[in-house]
Amino acid sequence: MEGGFTKNLGKVYGLYTIGFLVFFALMALLERMGASPETIGIGFLLFTIGIYALIGWLSRTAEVDAYYVAGREVPAVYNGMATAADWMSGASFVALAGGVYFGGYPYLGFIVGWTGGYVLVNSLMAPYLRKFGCYTVPDFIGTRYGGNLARLCAVIVLVVASFTYVTAQINATGTIAARTLGVPFEVGVYLGLLGIFICSMLGGMRGVTWTQVAQYIVLIIAYLLPLIWMSNKLGYGIIPHFSYGEGVQRIAELEAQYGLAPAAENVAGVRVLTTPQNSPAGGGWGMVTLAIAMMTGTASLPHILMRYFTTPSVRAARKSVAWSLFFILMLYLSAPALATLTKVNLLDPNLPTSVIGKTIEEVTNIEWVQRWSEVGMLAVADQSGDGIVQLNEFFMRPDIVVLATPEIAGLPYVISGLVAAGGLAAAMSTADGLLLAIANALSHDLYYSIIDPKADTRKRLIVARVLLIFIGLAAAFIASLKLTGILGAVAWAFCFANSGLFFPLVLGVWWKRANAAGAVAGMVVGFGVGAWYLYQVFAGGMEPWMGIDHLRFGIIGMPASLIAMIVVSLLTPAPSQEIQDMVDEVRIPTGKTILGSH
Amino acid sequence: MADNSAQNRAEHWRKTRNLTILILVLWAIFGIIIPYNADVLNSMSFLGFPLGYWFCVQGSLIAFVLMIWFQNWRQDTIDDEHGVSE
Repeated sequence: MEGGFTKNLGKVYGLYTIGFLVFFALMALLERMGASPETIGIGFLLFTIGIYALIGWLSRTAEVDAYYVAGREVPAVYNGMATAADWMSGASFVALAGGVYFGGYPYLGFIVGWTGGYVLVNSLMAPYLRKFGCYTVPDFIGTRYGGNLARLCAVIVLVVASFTYVTAQINATGTIAARTLGVPFEVGVYLGLLGIFICSMLGGMRGVTWTQVAQYIVLIIAYLLPLIWMSNKLGYGIIPHFSYGEGVQRIAELEAQYGLAPAAENVAGVRVLTTPQNSPAGGGWGMVTLAIAMMTGTASLPHILMRYFTTPSVRAARKSVAWSLFFILMLYLSAPALATLTKVNLLDPNLPTSVIGKTIEEVTNIEWVQRWSEVGMLAVADQSGDGIVQLNEFFMRPDIVVLATPEIAGLPYVISGLVAAGGLAAAMSTADGLLLAIANALSHDLYYSIIDPKADTRKRLIVARVLLIFIGLAAAFIASLKLTGILGAVAWAFCFANSGLFFPLVLGVWWKRANAAGAVAGMVVGFGVGAWYLYQVFAGGMEPWMGIDHLRFGIIGMPASLIAMIVVSLLTPAPSQEIQDMVDEVRIPTGKTILGSH
Repeated sequence: MADNSAQNRAEHWRKTRNLTILILVLWAIFGIIIPYNADVLNSMSFLGFPLGYWFCVQGSLIAFVLMIWFQNWRQDTIDDEHGVSE
């Protein structure tokens, strides 16, 4: 049956895509017939989660290989799609365009960073880790360097980074579920978690892989359709990607005309536009430090690296990195276009959708302004008292730019339902991957490799599933406390990962002389220095060094890790001949995997 | 022709390493140097975009994908030449 499934993937997902589009058309028809926005929103959520749950149930497994690495039989193209969904989180889908909208040029560092990282994954990591044949990232560290201490350090870094990341994703699922179903945020968080469990509990990596492919299809349709619709409405052509340069220039004119003054009085939780769309002058350093932190973080995040363990061969692992980036670009090339067109819609007084320059009364009567104001994510305040909405009197939460765009552009509500389903797919797929990475590291590396190496298959899988539930509940609890914004928490996760894991992973393949003591020093010092710097800058009131703020603390952690690793490795004896031979073996694609099939 | 000699392997790794260094240099150009100098490039225009902005939102991204495809194609050739492909 399974063989039949992997042979018919094209047909299965083709039918699924058509089915989804038919469902979309049906919802559009319902809206025409007068169905309420709530009905449509609930319809989208239930339909998509139902499909994911079905896939999760069909992929249930009791085999270790299937549970940890999807049986190593995922073709490169589909692994690319699954990685893209795994990768594009609530942050990419929901928050990125808003970040670019409000942050301007320095925030483009996220776009360059979250794509350029795949060059590092492909050159330095994926093929070698695949050849190694590990189940988890700490598996590689533990075997390459030898010793449980190195393995344990890797587990700790992995858990901290992934846990920080997963709370942000559960936060995003909670926000979307709460808004669409009309339940309190705290309830939304646990509802979102339930959906995540259904996808990952029974089938492990196999279940997650095939739901992620389905989630990618939903999220990319949900991102591109409103953008293309909006582009045609504004006269930017069918595909806006090559023509929105005019919009960038139009915004520059409007910025000069309105001025980018800060608000006279701040409103909590929302902000006005003060950063120009494109002004690199003096911003280059901020831009590239962010980009470097995100690129190296990409290459160190375990939930991404472990996706390349699922391919049938080393060559397929490399190929699937290329496909991953291709599928990711479909969204990343669109995010700045979306931010630009939405900004044109709001700012350009020649368009019927604009709000700036209209009277306060007119703007507060717009339906979407009312709807988002009610939940405190938007505010219009006549602080100058002239009765006209100025640019610095229109407040918005950056995270809502994508979700509110269909309404801002005057598209039918069915598009908003689609976007909500897409955002949910993005956040759920990433949360799936992260929870699985954490639970697998704890069950495989901590429990099986360190605590009880004699545990049988059944016991190992039960431990993995029980851990999954507890970690998920803990993450949902933290998320329901609303400690950080989405983009901030995600940037921290990247910096934890690159501070602790980047150099131990890279040098494990590229520097034979690296030994266990060096790797442990690299992880402990990098992670420790990074965490210390984060604490000092974020909570301790320290002035950031050279403008390196809390979003990019990996720029401080990584060099510390590199220096510690090199110095300690050179001061201690070289690794054994056996390990050096193992490194040689990892460097060629041919032959058996290092770990065999245990 | 699986030539398992140490010399063959060393040669294979030397080529792999050189290819990787080439890719990392390109990566640094498109991922760091060009975005850093967006200001200078913005005085030029491309497809109606300021050039520096265009690189940050499209040009560098497309370059990344092309680099990966190129690297994989070259690496496959190197693996085949040395008889170490799967």
